[in-house]
Amino acid sequence: MAEFALPKNSRITGGKTWPKPAGATQTREFKVYRWNPDDGKNPSVDTYTIDTAECGPMVLDGLIWIKNHIDPTLTFRRSCREGVCGSCAMNIDGQNTLACTKSMHDVKDGAVKVNPLPHQPVVKDLVPDLTNFYAQYASIEPWLKTTTPTPQKEWKQSHEDREKLDGLYECILCACCSTSCPSYWWNSERFLGPAALLQATRWVKDSRDEATGERLDNLEDPFRLYRCHTIMNCAKACPKGLNPSEAIAELKLKMVERQI
Amino acid sequence: MSAPNSPSMRTPLARVRNLGASHSGTKDFWRQRLTAVAMTLLIVPVIVIVLMLLGRNQAGAAQILGSMPIAIVLLLFIIASCWHMKIGMQVVIEDYVHSEKVKLASVMANNFFCIAVALASIYAILKLSSGV
Repeated sequence: MAEFALPKNSRITGGKTWPKPAGATQTREFKVYRWNPDDGKNPSVDTYTIDTAECGPMVLDGLIWIKNHIDPTLTFRRSCREGVCGSCAMNIDGQNTLACTKSMHDVKDGAVKVNPLPHQPVVKDLVPDLTNFYAQYASIEPWLKTTTPTPQKEWKQSHEDREKLDGLYECILCACCSTSCPSYWWNSERFLGPAALLQATRWVKDSRDEATGERLDNLEDPFRLYRCHTIMNCAKACPKGLNPSEAIAELKLKMVERQI
Repeated sequence: MSAPNSPSMRTPLARVRNLGASHSGTKDFWRQRLTAVAMTLLIVPVIVIVLMLLGRNQAGAAQILGSMPIAIVLLLFIIASCWHMKIGMQVVIEDYVHSEKVKLASVMANNFFCIAVALASIYAILKLSSGV
């Protein structure tokens, strides 16, 4: 059966409250998930207080401030700090999003609660293991597939056909959508998840691609595609404002279209 | 069916590709929508028929069901709803039951149950409407 409770060794216990910064007048409390694979302990939630006068406005700024000033062992991924790379995806105040584009002022009431992306194995602290997620992306073969010899100059595409890729090509593969999807939680080994399916739609809809039918064949499966029940957590979570459930609906429509 | 996911030496891509796509699911997806639309269209006449049947004895019910359009509306509703019920329950089983053996048994039981309910209902309507 699907597991509705955390396994014993994943249950959150206690946590350390770190001292407040001396002399700070404007502060904000952060409650951050901690887990270290090396100490054999259960995960915990540590409480930090940051000096908001000294750091930037985003949640990522707060985490970097904690790492620099309070606890250098705090582990998280980050790179571009402007919503382009997708590295700092995490669960903030109960919602999967990017720490770099989420303002800590948008988190109302109390502490800023920060957890790793849900339902993925944790490598350490806020770093999830996305191996399966990336393999699923690879499985949809995200590149142009053609049989016609490559033209001397370029594969041509009309403006109208190019516009069909809007809302799809912007995906940064941060995994916010897939890890917010209950269908993905219960069947992540077999359901490709919203991110990989949105990317699959991007290639299915590309007018230059010559493997559309092959791509649909590869997706036509009760688990790979049809686990999506249009719950739409994916669209709610996407920090880029994309709508994976709509993209998946288009895939399903194409499946029906080629049969009827 | 998926192979058990042990921490094997298979690559992540091999695990994702696993046994490949089954090239099925679209028919069930389409039928689920087809039966949903059918039930939406049939639900009002069915409610009217049920209201007509309320408080009547068996002879009265047989008299109403003796009308061919009424019997056909009920038969269509039963076929659509039982089919919809079968597909819907299978989706729930596939979502939440992960042990392959239990899943197979559950899907089988679901099929038996839905077919039994459909046939029993169809038999009852035919019997009443034919006045036997």
